Amino acid sequence: MAFVHRIGARSHAFADLKDLMAKATPPRSGDMLAGIAAASAEENVAAKMCLAEVPLKTFLSEALVPYEQDEVTRLILDGHDPVAFAPVSALTIGDFRDFLLSEQATPEVLAGLAKGLTPEMVAAVSKLMRNQDLILVAKKCRVVTRFRNTIGLPGTTAVRLQPNHPTDDAAGVSSTILDGLLYGCGDAVIGINPASDSLPVIDRLLRLMDEVIRRFDIPTQSCVLTHVTSSIALMNRGAPVDLVFQSIAGTEGANRSFGVDLNVLQEGYDAARALNRGTVGQNAMYFETGQGSALSAGAHHGVDQQTLEARAYAVARKYEPLLVNTVVGFIGPEYLYDGKQIIRAGLEDHFCGKLLGVPLGVDVCYTNHAEADQDDMDTLLTLLGAAGVTYIMGIPGADDVMLNYQSTSFHDALYIREVLGLKRAPEFEAWLERMGITDPSGRLLPASGAHPLLGFVREQAA
Amino acid sequence: MIDRDPWQSFARYTPARIALGRTGASLPTAEVLRFSLAHAQARDAVHMPFDAATVEGEIRALGFDTLRVESAAPARDVYLRRPDLGRRLSDESRARLSARDAAPVDLALVVADGLSAAAIHAQTAPFLAALKPWIEKEGWSVAPVALAAQARVALGDEVGERLKARALVVLVGERPGLSSPDSLGLYLTLNPHVGRSDAERNCISNVRAEGLSHPLAAFKLAWHIREALRLGLTGVGLKDESDLLLIDGSPPAALPDLT
Repeated sequence: MAFVHRIGARSHAFADLKDLMAKATPPRSGDMLAGIAAASAEENVAAKMCLAEVPLKTFLSEALVPYEQDEVTRLILDGHDPVAFAPVSALTIGDFRDFLLSEQATPEVLAGLAKGLTPEMVAAVSKLMRNQDLILVAKKCRVVTRFRNTIGLPGTTAVRLQPNHPTDDAAGVSSTILDGLLYGCGDAVIGINPASDSLPVIDRLLRLMDEVIRRFDIPTQSCVLTHVTSSIALMNRGAPVDLVFQSIAGTEGANRSFGVDLNVLQEGYDAARALNRGTVGQNAMYFETGQGSALSAGAHHGVDQQTLEARAYAVARKYEPLLVNTVVGFIGPEYLYDGKQIIRAGLEDHFCGKLLGVPLGVDVCYTNHAEADQDDMDTLLTLLGAAGVTYIMGIPGADDVMLNYQSTSFHDALYIREVLGLKRAPEFEAWLERMGITDPSGRLLPASGAHPLLGFVREQAA
Repeated sequence: MIDRDPWQSFARYTPARIALGRTGASLPTAEVLRFSLAHAQARDAVHMPFDAATVEGEIRALGFDTLRVESAAPARDVYLRRPDLGRRLSDESRARLSARDAAPVDLALVVADGLSAAAIHAQTAPFLAALKPWIEKEGWSVAPVALAAQARVALGDEVGERLKARALVVLVGERPGLSSPDSLGLYLTLNPHVGRSDAERNCISNVRAEGLSHPLAAFKLAWHIREALRLGLTGVGLKDESDLLLIDGSPPAALPDLT
């Protein structure tokens, strides 16, 4: 179906719903690269005005990515819950924005709505929202998950301790784990991106993290961010896998370029659940996403990158993940050109994920070929803290020496707690105090050279 | 004013920025400035031009033939915004490759500047010097090494296809990090042709003296090439088990006999 919107004497035509969605998207380099962005600032606003009048339920009858060609579309439409959708079924996209911002839309109402919303609806309304709208609504969404601690409670934010090392060296990884723990980080997960795809190396990293978690009785979980098929192979060999990781995207084709489909993800989910390693819950999956991955894989179907990103969250929520994060600035300037675009995308992704009921964290990050710097990351981090982000990354000095990009640091986590009064996952917060790392208010105590965690590193180095 | 971390001695185990100390929740001034300098240097590395002539001389000195190609990206700023152009040959390069009457070979090697010409300048010759004995031991036939300017990994697919190679290795300058402006990545693709996806490749990353050493990287790559040729696949189906063959962390003298 084509759409037309008149502004004065000029009329703006849009070929179909996906064209309208793409042209209504705030400007970004990836949509320009795909050749689907609005050609002028006025066309961009005309598309937003036109989109505001489209009924929400249109998205249930008009698939942006064809149902027959794409299993993600089938997952979304076949899994749609009409009962949950009923309270908003008569609204247009514009009305839906007003509803989300209203006092009627309480945390309980929004949580009840999640299964009735499709990623396309959520992406559409985000295109009409300013940054403050994205923050305000996301803050009202509650998504709580559990494995060995409780992630996502109001007033908390968690941190993934990311102890990457360029050669997966045990002493190097242990030193960074120690650094992060003594800075009060690691409640979301201790999660390593391995430099090597080698199964024996990954097995060794899993055992190292399992050892530190068990010996010090840390209420947290570990993950090696390797391909789901590698995690399955390792679980079959008896490796201590807490969370099963996979990068995912919003189309079948993009997922195929990652070497996965929904069946493989289901296998990973079943295998992790069967191990039953959680203590307070069994949310055992960890997914990463990021705008632009579908275009990068040549599998975007002419749909804008932000909408496809929201579709990845529909894939994620099927498997009840503990954590999902958008690696927002990692992919490079061809998709998000500068600090402004990265900030906008981070807020959009967080909003869309939360509204869909996914525990969304954000890797607040950039690469050295993007027009961004640490000041932009400070801004996005602060905005996401205000929006109630589920978790952020903690990397020593914000410099990932294996993946070669800049993210947020252990210090940044202290900063956001200090400025916004955000607490850690309660079980982890209590552990830090028990271990003499923090005081009862959660602030770091002066560090001791005799802390038992230091002994662990000396053992690994010996 | 500054709280120092009593585990500074552990900094020798990792290039990561650990034990930085703090003032309140924040980084000490010296660390903030040190970080800014590293970022400035990495930004400069992204924009450094590729000195193909010098690298070509070094490769020839090792006894490899060479040829030169360019991508369809005309300049660095366009290259950064338009990765699609960096994955395609220029018309002129394509015509030049098509004009060659090449016999099929086991291996094509493509040296692509990627996002760090500095990496190519520093790592190409020592890495190929370490790889050459493995090529000779295994008896693989090799096409002339292609030096590719303004080039991303997937550009190698077209080069490998036109050079009639069974397997393609792309040496690419990885995106510069703050601590590693000159890190090399290796991508192996069996039966290269235009349209191969990243799931069909194997990657060995962080090749540099301070990361994965040249001898280890060369051994790992040789192991992958032989497994790829034996199994008839690369990508997620080919799992790296090369570490099982290391002897005290060093490569063995040869790959095990196939039985």
